[in-house]
Amino acid sequence: MEKPPSVILEAGRADRQYWHDLWRYRELFVFLAWRDLSVRYKQTAVGVAWALVRPFITMVVFSLFGKLTNMETGGVPLPIMTFAAILPWTLFSSALSESAGSLMGNSNLISKVYFPRLILPATSLMVCLVDFLISLAFLGVLMAWFQYWPTWRLLTLPLFTLSALLSSVAVGIWMASLTVKYRDFRVVVPFIIQFGTFISPIAFPSSIVPEKWRLLYSFNPMVGVIDGFRWAVLGKSAEFYWPGLIVSIVLSLGLLWTGIWYFRRTEKTFADVI
Amino acid sequence: MSDPAIQVEKLSKRYTIYHKKDGSGLRHVINDVLTAPFRLAKSVFSKNSNLESSSQATEDFWALKEVSFDIQPGDVVGVVGRNGAGKSTLLKILSRITEPTNGRITMNGRVASLLEVGTGFHPELSGRENIFLNGAILGMSRAEIRRKFDDIVAFSEIEKFIDTPVKRYSSGMYVRLAFAVAAHLEPEILIVDEVLAVGDAQFQRKCLGKMNEVSKGGRTILFVSHSMSAIAQLCKTGLFFQRGQLVHQGPISEIVTRYLTSDSSSGENRGLAVNVEELRKRKKLFFHSAGIRTAAGTGSVDLDVREPFDIELTYEVPSNLTRVELSIRIMNTDGRPVFTTLQSECSPDAVQEVKQGLYSTAVTVPGMLLMPGNYVVNIAAHEPIGEIFDVHESVVGFTVHDTGTVFAIYNSYGSIGTVMQTLPWRQRQLLELPGTAPVPATNPPGRTA
Repeated sequence: MEKPPSVILEAGRADRQYWHDLWRYRELFVFLAWRDLSVRYKQTAVGVAWALVRPFITMVVFSLFGKLTNMETGGVPLPIMTFAAILPWTLFSSALSESAGSLMGNSNLISKVYFPRLILPATSLMVCLVDFLISLAFLGVLMAWFQYWPTWRLLTLPLFTLSALLSSVAVGIWMASLTVKYRDFRVVVPFIIQFGTFISPIAFPSSIVPEKWRLLYSFNPMVGVIDGFRWAVLGKSAEFYWPGLIVSIVLSLGLLWTGIWYFRRTEKTFADVI
Repeated sequence: MSDPAIQVEKLSKRYTIYHKKDGSGLRHVINDVLTAPFRLAKSVFSKNSNLESSSQATEDFWALKEVSFDIQPGDVVGVVGRNGAGKSTLLKILSRITEPTNGRITMNGRVASLLEVGTGFHPELSGRENIFLNGAILGMSRAEIRRKFDDIVAFSEIEKFIDTPVKRYSSGMYVRLAFAVAAHLEPEILIVDEVLAVGDAQFQRKCLGKMNEVSKGGRTILFVSHSMSAIAQLCKTGLFFQRGQLVHQGPISEIVTRYLTSDSSSGENRGLAVNVEELRKRKKLFFHSAGIRTAAGTGSVDLDVREPFDIELTYEVPSNLTRVELSIRIMNTDGRPVFTTLQSECSPDAVQEVKQGLYSTAVTVPGMLLMPGNYVVNIAAHEPIGEIFDVHESVVGFTVHDTGTVFAIYNSYGSIGTVMQTLPWRQRQLLELPGTAPVPATNPPGRTA
């Protein structure tokens, strides 16, 4: 490691080294992510398959629900339709709850060692991303089963995955730093997720929302992402509302920006209040 | 002189303590809930207000106040002080875990801190995996850990279990592995908090040895411990904290003595019996005070090596007692006993019945016995090889000053001996060897320089 310049500690000093430090600690980031991954399914009988069980059961339930309500699918098999929405939603909800709880879960580290705290919420995303990739492979199996072939649009999937991660980490960072001081937010996060499951277009296509409300509806950042997933996976049978995605990304970026600002403002007192 | 490794200027740290006011009943809770939005608004608009409720009072507590010091590169500095003196806060600020309220710190070099053994160890992971994880948390790079991996394993002495999850380890194995990782850190500045307090005695010695080795490598070390012998063995200089303030910075022997006697800054300690009424009920015998008395009077802690001095004890016996033995032990700053003296030494009759009452007893320590240096006194009252009535450690401390002994010209008293003795030397010439020049007669026996 290169020789660091002298460190000056002062109250309220804006740390010019911060981003540099973040880069210097990249190995810690890798190690923590690897720890979370290798610990996640240790001493479980089913192991990594858990990454599949949750979205699979949700898919079955939502598909039955769609069947009963005669959901408009445009010729797409219902399981694929719902699974394409459950994928990003599961990524979002698990990334949100993991990153929101990342500081509390590592309080022993925070009170004993220095490192840029932003590493913690970032690390927790990695685990969720791996779970996501496993479920994504399952989507492939599902599509092969129903002999539903994707189009070139599938190549845009990484873009939508990124925006799902973006919105989850944006909200997650806010929640993480607020939870350190106000434990109220430990209750708020599960509530957001539960509520979001119903108001996001998972069990229904967002096209059932009246056109004039569509933009307002997009203020739920996951609406644009889920629509995008369906558009990419289902091919031409899904239409796409672009303003929705733009609103979603702008909103997430704004939340992320302010979230990082608040995180860094409170970061130095984490060890005192946690 | 080069730049100091650590430079601390007027460092302060404030914590806010919340007290609960009287009345946490339902009425107050409702009141709190109803006024919460207004308080929130207030706390947003005013700069320093907190979100405290009306049933809480706040109080500022200064864990550190206006602390300034410099530490030169390569110094091994012991930080001592009673609990709550601010040592841990200082270490947390230096480790960048928390931010100072005021003041400024400049550190030159890579800093690693060890505030706990095994930070970030994960019970589900194997020893091998934890070495990598813990190493990364302490700031080692992957290449560095890989290079030192074999040394770490060898140091920890748990080769056989290296692939077992650490949750299956005994606590001793866990600590050994954790310390082994920490011992292989190689920063320019190492900050260590009370981490040697764990593990068995043999491993502790090994750790001390390792730390000693590390400190000889020219690293700057800041070391907090309550073990004065560890501090005295490792450190050359020290910082002594009391109630958030730096009271003294100087050679480690001074610091240790200051610490050991900080409850009684004079040569007399009157505070041994805190709650006399209660002690009378509970104890068969208890000490009131202990003090050093010289020809000049009481209260001095600076003694002349040539002069005798008295150690005086007062104690109380609430009801008649048989077979009482008093003992006084002089300890040096390494934590080693120099000698112990028993009251029955002077006459076996001293171990006898003691009627109820208040007593004073004194013993004279002759001059030219204790080597110049710092000492503390332990006192005890007990039955001979039996029940212990009352024990106090480090009741008073004192410094023996060299006022021109024959040893004054030598560097270190420690290597000369624990005590000094004036013994009669006898010498005579056996014969004059032929062929050599007559040797002038040597000095007379006795005190030769």
